[in-house]
This record gives sequence, structure tokens and C-alpha cells, in this order.
Amino acid sequence: MRKLILAVVLLAIFALMPLAADLLGQNALQTLSARILIYAMAAASLNLILGYGGMVSFGHAAYFGVGAYVVGILYSHWMSEVPIFGLFPGSNQLLITLPAAMLLSGFAALVIGALSLRTGGIQFIMITLAFAQMIFFLFVSLTAYGGEDGIIIRRSNEVPGLNMRDKTTVYYVILVVAVLYFAWMWRVVNSSFGQVLKGIRQNERRMEAMGIATFRYKLYAFVLAGMGAGLAGALMANFLRFTSPDMMHWTKSGELIIMVILGGLGTFFGPILGAAAFLILEFYLADWTEHWQLGLGIILLFVVLFTKGGILGMIDRLRGGRQ
Amino acid sequence: MTEILRIEGLQKRFGGLVATDNVTLDVHTGEIHALIGPNGAGKSTLINQLCGELRQDDGMIHLAGRDISHMAAPDRVDLGLGRTFQVTSLLEEFTVRENVGLAVQARDGGNFRVFDNVAGRKSVWEETAHLLSGSLLDDRRDARVADLSHGEKKQLELIMALATQPRLLLLDEPMAGLGHVETGQMIETLRGLHGEVSMLLVEHDMEAVFALADRISVLVYGQIIMTGTADEVRGDPRVREAYLGTEDA
Repeated sequence: MRKLILAVVLLAIFALMPLAADLLGQNALQTLSARILIYAMAAASLNLILGYGGMVSFGHAAYFGVGAYVVGILYSHWMSEVPIFGLFPGSNQLLITLPAAMLLSGFAALVIGALSLRTGGIQFIMITLAFAQMIFFLFVSLTAYGGEDGIIIRRSNEVPGLNMRDKTTVYYVILVVAVLYFAWMWRVVNSSFGQVLKGIRQNERRMEAMGIATFRYKLYAFVLAGMGAGLAGALMANFLRFTSPDMMHWTKSGELIIMVILGGLGTFFGPILGAAAFLILEFYLADWTEHWQLGLGIILLFVVLFTKGGILGMIDRLRGGRQ
Repeated sequence: MTEILRIEGLQKRFGGLVATDNVTLDVHTGEIHALIGPNGAGKSTLINQLCGELRQDDGMIHLAGRDISHMAAPDRVDLGLGRTFQVTSLLEEFTVRENVGLAVQARDGGNFRVFDNVAGRKSVWEETAHLLSGSLLDDRRDARVADLSHGEKKQLELIMALATQPRLLLLDEPMAGLGHVETGQMIETLRGLHGEVSMLLVEHDMEAVFALADRISVLVYGQIIMTGTADEVRGDPRVREAYLGTEDA
């Protein structure tokens, strides 16, 4: 019940944000709000493997970047009317680019996951980081797609019946996708598979003794998480009308981890609150000083040391220790 | 009498140490077969090879006539091999009910379903309630495992193993660390299962072993030195030497 109220409140805030931004004459608020929605999805996808599954992937931005590049590359081929590899035509249709982004980022996660999930602990962290950096440098060296400069997307992808040149329309498209994504995530974490995943985080050996071949389940979660990050990346490319290798730099992976921890590891709303807190802090602290990361670092330290379970945990404590 | 488990010529070396030395052993269907031996005799190594966590260097393991020597641990569970851990190994953040429920679900299948509602899987939770009812944990079903006593955790280990509907249970020191009363309860619980499920019981508590076991095998330095009834084992000079010669058991 409490979760339902929180969901409705969050939805209302995000839905009314463009109006509020208009009234206050602060257009930047709508941009900030859209970024929060997109990063919340990326952080939530990471939370599925990190928070629920206990897999510390330090390369999650790779899938975010792959998703963004799918949009960028499809767009540039649509513009030039040259088929990709002489086979596939480009596209500027959101209903095509989003599924394509999820498919390819999921495939990247399948390959990387299959190779790295045999390990655990520090090794796993380093291998996922290494793979993500490989993909980063691959795109840096891809001069056909802008290299370090990335791809400029002149117009957001089209959706039949909508005017995607309007920023507010794009905002609401992002909101609708985010709502669908979080509804899906709600199903997953409360599903049979979600239960197995939570079990694996707590005790992998016990799960094997129950007859669960854990590798397959971890890989499945890894692919689902990669697809989620790819979806978020594809939305980001549409929102910024730009993709670049920076989107998959390892510091982005770090930021996603910070958002998840800040909000509350392995909680449903944690990634939303974490992404919001991170981006709002960045927004205001960066206004105030260019060394805004120092302030963020201190706040993060505080959260890790003094709150059990991030912002959500802190709220629970303030409400009198209800679970 | 049919055999549920047959081990032939099992061999395991760690460097120069022969931890399992040509072990041949069988467990009859329905019996409680105890495996005893002094510390360091290789009992845990043997259990870990049976359940698939360790791979033997040589030899064969048959479960109900099927060669499982090279199967992965989860596949052996599917074929009916259940186990408990010596050092309890549970899902500490879950409640008792969630632990048992997940074990039931794991066997029941549908573990890849992402669109169902696990709380609504009626058959899973009914079976969970059935497994817990009549057990010592019935009124602790909503307690978090981290808050359970050691004795309760040992009971939960057993219930979780039973939830996978095993034909053979590998019990790795189920009485370890239990007080007198709790040991008595565990013996009663296991006695209640006698005949329903076959068991290979590794245990240090001789009182429990003599109270429960149909047959006893004695493992010393990786070798089975004898197999027999409680009386035969008690009277055997080699057994006495193995125990008194190395330590007071």
C-alpha cells in the first residue's frame, strides 16, 4: 500500500513537471526531470543484477552506450540511405529503434555475461570493467560513426501521430516508456525468477543444492539488465539528439553504481530516488562550484556510513523503523 | 534388497594426500546408513564428491542405477539427491517460509518465469505449509533465518533438503553443535523419516548413530575399514583402535 502511494506520488511529480517548469519559467527543470527518468531506468536495470542478484558489474554503461549508438547508427544510415553492411536499412522510427537497441545491447550482455559470469568477486568486477572499456575504445576508433565526437542526431526518432519536434512530447514519450519499464520491473522482482535471483544473491551454494544451476539464471538476469540499459541509452540518444563514447565511459558505470547505492540497493524505488538525488545534486552543486564531485563524495560517504540501505533505508528509519 | 546409492572405487587426492582411498559403499533403499570416522578421515570430502561439489579422480557413483559420476550438482538434485550442510547454509535474509518455499519452487519448476507472481503460486505455498506443519519450525515460519537459533537452523536445513523430494538424503553432521534436547529432537525427526527416504548419515555423535543407523561404515584415512550393524561396529577392535589411537571420540 505504501509502495502504491509512493508510485502515484512519483508519477504525479514526473507527469506535472513540464507544467511546473513552465509556470516557474525554469525550462531546465524539464530537462533535469527527463534525465532523471532515463538514468532511473538505467540504474534500475543495474539494480536487477547488483541489488537483487548480487553481481557487481562495473561495466553497465557499455549497454547504455550500445543502446544509444543503435539509435545514432540507424539514424545516420536512414539519413544517408546506405544500408548497414549493405543489408539493413536505417531507421528514424522510435518503434523500430527502441526494440533494436534492446536486442543489440541484450546480445552484448549475453556475450560479455557468458564470458565473465564464470568468475566472481573482484575478478568479475574487473572483467566487466575491461569489456566495457573495450567497447568504449571500439566506438572511439569507429571514425565512420564520428569516433570520439560521436553522432549528431538532427531530429528525435518519429512516432506515428506524435510531433516529436516538440520537447514536451519527447518528455512524455520518455515518461510513458519509463512507466512501462518500471511496471515490467515490478513484475520481474516479484516473479518466480525474481525469487530465484534473490536466493542466488544470498547463497549461491544453497541454490545449487536446491537443483538450481545458478549460471543460467545469472546470465538471464545479466541479459535482461543489459536490455534495460540499452533501452535507457536509446531514449537518451533521442533526448540529447546525440551519442558519443562518453556515454559508455567507465565513469558512467560508476555513476550508475552510485545511483543504485545512494537510493537503496535491491529496492524497487531505490534507483529512482538515487538517480534523482544524484542528478539534482549535480545540477545544483555544479552551479555553485566546479568541484561539485567533492560535495557529492561527502554526501555519498555519509549515505554509505550512516544509512543502512540508502535513501529508502533512511526514510524507513525516520518513520520509526518500520520494515 | 535394491541399492539407492552405489559407490565403486572412489578416489580423490589432494597433492600427496589421499583423501578418499578406493571407497566402495552402498546404501540400500529405505535404510539409514551411517558413516563414521575420526576427524580428518575424509567424510566431508566424500560427501562433497557425492553431491557434485568436488570431482573425484577415479571411481563411479550410481544413484538409483544411474551413473551420476560426472554430473553437475544441480542435475544430481533433480535425480533425487538431497543434502544438508554441516555448517548451516541458508538464505539468511529470507523468512523460514520463504526458504522452504524457494526450495519447493526450485523443484516445481517455472524458475525462469518473469511475469508470474511468486506469492500467488498456490501449489508451492500449500506444499510449503504442509512441510512446515508438524515440524518444530511451524510457529517460526515468519521469522527471518538470521534470527533463528542454531538448532532451528539445523531443522530448517533438513526441511529444505526434504522439499526437493530426495530419494537419498546426504546428512552432513546434522547434530553438530546441538545441545542434548535438540539432538533428541533431531533424532526423533530423522526416525520419523526412516523408511520414507534413504539416508547416508555422517555424524560424530555416536549415541545418535547407534540409535538411528541400520548399518554403519567406518572411514579411517580415506578408507572404509568395515561395514556392519551397530553391535558389530561396537565390538570391532579395528574401530576401537582407530578412535582410541588417534583421539577420544
